Amino acid sequence: MSRTVLLIGTRKGCFLMESEDDRSGWKLRGPFCEGWPVYHAVYSHGSGAIYAAAASEWLGSAVWRSLDLGETWALSSEGLSYGEEDPRKVSKVSTLAAKDGRVLVGAEAPGIFESRDEGATWSLLSTLSGQPGSEMWDDPANQPPGHLGISALMFDDEDPDRFWAVVQGVGLFETTDYAKTWTPRNRGLRADWPRPHEEVGFCVHKFVRSPADGSRMYQQNHVGMHRSDDTGETWTEITGGLPTEFGFAAAAHPHDRDTFYVIPLDPGHGRNMPDGHGAVWRTRDAGATWQRLDKGLPQENAYVGVLREAMAIDSRDVPGLYFGTSTGQVFASIDEGDTWTELANYLPSIWSVEVAQID
Amino acid sequence: MAELHFPSTLTPLFANFERRVDVDAATVDEALQRLDERWPGLRDRLCESKRELRPHIHVYVDRERATLETPLAARSRVDVIAAISGG
Repeated sequence: MSRTVLLIGTRKGCFLMESEDDRSGWKLRGPFCEGWPVYHAVYSHGSGAIYAAAASEWLGSAVWRSLDLGETWALSSEGLSYGEEDPRKVSKVSTLAAKDGRVLVGAEAPGIFESRDEGATWSLLSTLSGQPGSEMWDDPANQPPGHLGISALMFDDEDPDRFWAVVQGVGLFETTDYAKTWTPRNRGLRADWPRPHEEVGFCVHKFVRSPADGSRMYQQNHVGMHRSDDTGETWTEITGGLPTEFGFAAAAHPHDRDTFYVIPLDPGHGRNMPDGHGAVWRTRDAGATWQRLDKGLPQENAYVGVLREAMAIDSRDVPGLYFGTSTGQVFASIDEGDTWTELANYLPSIWSVEVAQID
Repeated sequence: MAELHFPSTLTPLFANFERRVDVDAATVDEALQRLDERWPGLRDRLCESKRELRPHIHVYVDRERATLETPLAARSRVDVIAAISGG
């Protein structure tokens, strides 16, 4: 039986939670990364490395790495720069993807950096320059505090030259030639604001791809849930039946293309679970209907938020779901969301949760 | 030789880092370059670019606020401070 490891990025460092085999008896280790704010931490199945994208207010941005499951850590920012003559600065590194010896990290100002030596050195891969409106992305007026720049990266499972990137507040893009060219993938998405360019101007909070059928994608947008049946070429809104159209976290079932999870939040400034009631919502029919899942979650005065990278799902036969909150709790379900238990409390504000099964 | 003093937050980031170190350099910038050769990556933790210190990193030479260009005398004391900010 494999070990299950949760990688938890928080405002004050990275934590690991481990279960030996049956997804119980969880043990917490950390904080790691010297308490730096960790925006996203991932596990590379190929190398066994953990990477953590971090940005210190004092000491700048870097990617931490551990090659021994958190026993020792090192950091590097070598090459994480737009160059001395470029006015853009790397104010933070916000999202990671690792596959087949390549590690990508997304940065603000918007750019994607690549490492081929397990995070020891980095080089600029793409800024998606030339995309409609890209000249505006680097305007400081369009980079408010908290802006993530590139907020998501996802490799294709089979084609090493294909991956997707989200530019925060702009939209989803696909490359099939390893970032030489890009295609906006936002057709059919809703946006309730003026957009100077037809193809972009969408606020993609989180997108996921079904492991059971790669043509099926889901997306939690700033305004509405959306589904794609053609690998992101077109999108259809599936918000009906959810308590709000707003949220960040999302997860796709590993074995059923029609099952998908989301955590709706209050769309106002609070951005907490509506009315203080904790709940995850699940569809088993690709968004036609939704079920509220709240057994074991706090039902009174639970004004907690869950951010875009803060929910994960494992790939067991009966998959487990895990999410972390803005107030430092980690909740888990090992029965596809039907019941939940609290794994940890009193952690720093949680910004990301990923799960790894390690043999 | 100028005498440099660094904040404790740097200690865990570099192997065998010394918070107090003597450097023969003409400016703050040159001193940090010398130390970056000894502890690769140190300069990037303190400087946003070749020309600027990071916003919350303050450097004082003989108790006066300094920049990367500030000259160092033979016995200058240089204090590198992680500013009190954030939470």
